[in-house]
Amino acid sequence: MAEQVKVLGSWGSPFSKRVELALKLKCVNYECIEQDLANKSQLLLDYNPVHKKIPVLIHNGKPIVESLVILEYIDETWRHNSIFPHDPYEKAMARFWAKFIDEKCNEGVWKIMWCKEEERGKLVEEVLQHFGTLEGQLKDKKFFGGEEIGMVDIAANFIGYWLGLVQEAIGMELVTRDKFPVLCRWMDEFVGHSVVKPILPPRDELLAIFKARFNATAWEY
Amino acid sequence: MADQGEVKLLKTWSSLFGLRVVWALKLKGIPYESVDEDLTNKSDLLLQYNPVHTKVPVLIHNGKPICESLVILEYIDETWSQNPPSLLPQDPIQRASARFWAKFMDEKALPSMWQAFTKKGREQEEGLASIAEKLKLLEAELEGKKFFGGEEIGIPDFALGWLVNLVPVFEEILGLKIVDEERHPSLSEWSRRISDIRVIEESWPPRDKLVTKWAAIRDHFLATARASSG
Repeated sequence: MAEQVKVLGSWGSPFSKRVELALKLKCVNYECIEQDLANKSQLLLDYNPVHKKIPVLIHNGKPIVESLVILEYIDETWRHNSIFPHDPYEKAMARFWAKFIDEKCNEGVWKIMWCKEEERGKLVEEVLQHFGTLEGQLKDKKFFGGEEIGMVDIAANFIGYWLGLVQEAIGMELVTRDKFPVLCRWMDEFVGHSVVKPILPPRDELLAIFKARFNATAWEY
Repeated sequence: MADQGEVKLLKTWSSLFGLRVVWALKLKGIPYESVDEDLTNKSDLLLQYNPVHTKVPVLIHNGKPICESLVILEYIDETWSQNPPSLLPQDPIQRASARFWAKFMDEKALPSMWQAFTKKGREQEEGLASIAEKLKLLEAELEGKKFFGGEEIGIPDFALGWLVNLVPVFEEILGLKIVDEERHPSLSEWSRRISDIRVIEESWPPRDKLVTKWAAIRDHFLATARASSG
């Protein structure tokens, strides 16, 4: 039986793109089934009944959900072109930083996007500290994974591409070249990478969506 | 048995996250040195080995620190893969399921429980409704199985361990039932099974000390809420 790999995803979602990036890095053929998140399909509800969210990887009919869990599954199932380090300690470090990116950096930016004005100063200060901590991990490496993209780079994809658009949409600069030169250098490498670049969502369309969402709900308190 | 090197665990006497690592080390028969931290007066060791979060637990293996309890559990499983039990199944689909449920317990169930415990009034009601919903999902997932991974104990069971020793403490302090035999027959049976495991049962912090500690925590949060609402 031919292998069947499907991704229930969304064209603009960084979480969806994490999964696609991992599959592309491993040269695994897959079918992407675009989901309308405002009108969730029965397929999505059946395959992710607990969270009803994308992405969902469906491998030979079996679903795997939660993007970081999916990345682990992909690496364990298609063992060539590893995205995780082999050494258990380095692997633990990769998992630690992926968690940090989601829980501190991404979550921090998300909070700023929707916070009340009086809360913003403190939230910005916190997230800038987190970005500084993350930047410290890069040092003089091309990618978090070293010479090649690894799991932490994939996990940091929101920072690599989406963050710039969010900053433009909310009219706020968080990560700038003068404050975070190393992180910005990484962002250039990331978006320019031959496997990453073709799957990034179109900039103008994404920016329009962010601007519309932000303006519609930001000040409704 | 492979040479395990030097293993040190920074935790506190009561940390539910630290307990997970204790269970993994003890079940796999890995000797280690235990260091109980005072989080109101963090040691240089903790600040040095977990500079990012300054939290416990931290596993220090041959001088190298690993932080975040679920990350530590996977590290232990990979490093001491020769020592039974395996903390994750072998099959990638089952491993993904185990990781999913461990994440669910930490990111959904525990925060719901926290809200139910540290709030009152409407916010507490919402927390209680939320934990009830999460327990329903966990009950359905567990049905027919000995442990979340099947026949063997594993990482998702460790991640939910607080249900066994801490929830009864919360129930006593709040004066209400969160887990009961009628709504949660599988979880109740699972809790008894977990408690029957000697190294787990031996590791529970003293219940009266936990009641004192957690009652003080609830009082603190309620007082803070009163102060900020004026």
